[in-house]
Amino acid sequence: MKKVAIIGAGPAGIEAASILARNGVEVTLFEKSETPLKNLQDKAFLFPNFQSAQEIIDDLSGKLLTDRITTAFGVDIADVKWQGAEWKLVDSKEQTYVADAVLIATGYQVFDAHRKEELGYGIYKGVITSLDMEQMIKHGKILNANGDEPKRVTFLQCVGSRDEKSGNHYCSKICCVTAVKQAIEVRKQLPKCEASVFYMDLRMWGQGFEEMYRTAQEKYGVSFVRGRISEAAGTFDGRVQLKSEDTLMGLPLKMNTDLLVLMVGMEASCGTKVLGKACDISGDYGFIKSVNPHLYDNETGKPGLFAAGTCKRPMSVSDSINDARSAALAIKDYLDTIKIEN
Amino acid sequence: MIDFGFALKQTRQENLDKVSLEKYHKLLELEPSFKRCFQCGNCSATCSARQFTDFSIRRVHTSFRRGEYDGLAQELRKCMLCGKCTLVCPRGVNLRSLIINMRQILDETEK
Ligand SMILES: Cc1cc2nc3c(=O)[nH]c(=O)nc-3n(C[C@H](O)[C@H](O)[C@H](O)COP(=O)(O)OP(=O)(O)OC[C@H]3O[C@@H](n4cnc5c(N)ncnc54)[C@H](O)[C@@H]3O)c2cc1C
Ligand code: SF4
Ligand code: SF4
Ligand code: SF4
Repeated sequence: MKKVAIIGAGPAGIEAASILARNGVEVTLFEKSETPLKNLQDKAFLFPNFQSAQEIIDDLSGKLLTDRITTAFGVDIADVKWQGAEWKLVDSKEQTYVADAVLIATGYQVFDAHRKEELGYGIYKGVITSLDMEQMIKHGKILNANGDEPKRVTFLQCVGSRDEKSGNHYCSKICCVTAVKQAIEVRKQLPKCEASVFYMDLRMWGQGFEEMYRTAQEKYGVSFVRGRISEAAGTFDGRVQLKSEDTLMGLPLKMNTDLLVLMVGMEASCGTKVLGKACDISGDYGFIKSVNPHLYDNETGKPGLFAAGTCKRPMSVSDSINDARSAALAIKDYLDTIKIEN
Repeated sequence: MIDFGFALKQTRQENLDKVSLEKYHKLLELEPSFKRCFQCGNCSATCSARQFTDFSIRRVHTSFRRGEYDGLAQELRKCMLCGKCTLVCPRGVNLRSLIINMRQILDETEK
């Protein structure tokens, strides 16, 4: 039986593993954490349908329960190389594994908000990231710096994205709709708390996104201000003071808020950067580069080496899963061709 | 009277068929980084001169882009060339140089 190694047990890695296994392929799924789906575990509800992240985790985890998938959790793959007849994987403890084909599904990590010092993350307790907010929502504990219920929560878009100063020119694609999702959750959990979103463009590209935006305005009274917050400073009573320009009014804007939520962008994960470099398939910003974004989007240009999900670029869960399905098909086709040669 | 902050021009229609963008194109030649501006307002939000006046550098450079030059030379005198705006611009527009070039172009034509 042909063997495939998949690196990364996120939504993409698991979906590809399950499809390949169902098609008679033997899969080993490597994950550096002790548990899979780490990036869904800290989420509460997923846009666009507010489905609980736990449901998605349960469904995907169930797909791993087959004899054809061997899971290797707690294994950090540090190198992947072609050895003439097969691919060799080396982990951080110098253990080696071999496979006929490899799928890189090593995903993303969020932008480190400390790098935008002027926004005060790590300095003022009232400044948090979208990931922190995701956990507050999940645990039903949205609290300000003093541990009280906030009266106002403010979201700031494009932190570490579309920003030359952070070195990331690209748009992270999911943070606009995530802010709308979180603002709605804040209003649901704390009906007396105001929620506003500071944006430059609201990118509601996916099915149901624009409707979420309308609902946020109409049903939840979320306000939207067009401007970028340039500085945040702490106040004596533990709140945060913001400076921006209301670009639609053409006027400077100042306001205090209990929580400033920085919508941090998606960057290539460490694993993605390391393996991209090791295999010489690294593209812009350390994401894996596909051969052709229209026609061969899972191919890397190295026979038998494929990529899927957010290791390639920012994507939503559903896009990552779809991308993994197309990768599984490409891998299956590849395995069939090498069968003939053997 | 309520001051809505639109000190630069009277409320009227922008006629994009009639404006002359000659000065604007000259500005782009001298400071090409301005092509990248995406109107976020970070420059005006952080501006030192804004703290004391109703000066908005974003409004000024947007008027320039639209070919509305009236009053801009006077408005630009409020800028202290401290360069803070250049430090924060997410699109890497060299605002300090942009301002100096705007002043020069406006001065030349006013002579
Ligand atoms: C704040 C926030 C909110 C979000 N909310 C939503 C939402 O509501 N709806 C939605 O659709 N999407 C949402 N997303 C996006 C979602 O998290 C991603 O689309 C999804 O997790 C991508 O899946 P993936 O499999 O490509 O990558 P990942 O989930 O990043 O999985 C990659 C896996 O690979 C592992 N790995 C990395 N390197 C190695 C290595 N060298 N060896 C072994 N294992 C390795 C990692 O540990 C990780 O488990 C949100 C994102 C953020 C930041
Ligand atoms: S999705 Fe929205 S918040 Fe995220 S980088 Fe793009 S424009 Fe900015
Ligand atoms: S250089 Fe001029 S426009 Fe820029 S921040 Fe300083 S005073 Fe404001
Ligand atoms: S900060 Fe830069 S991109 Fe933003 S409005 Fe000013 S010049 Fe334009």
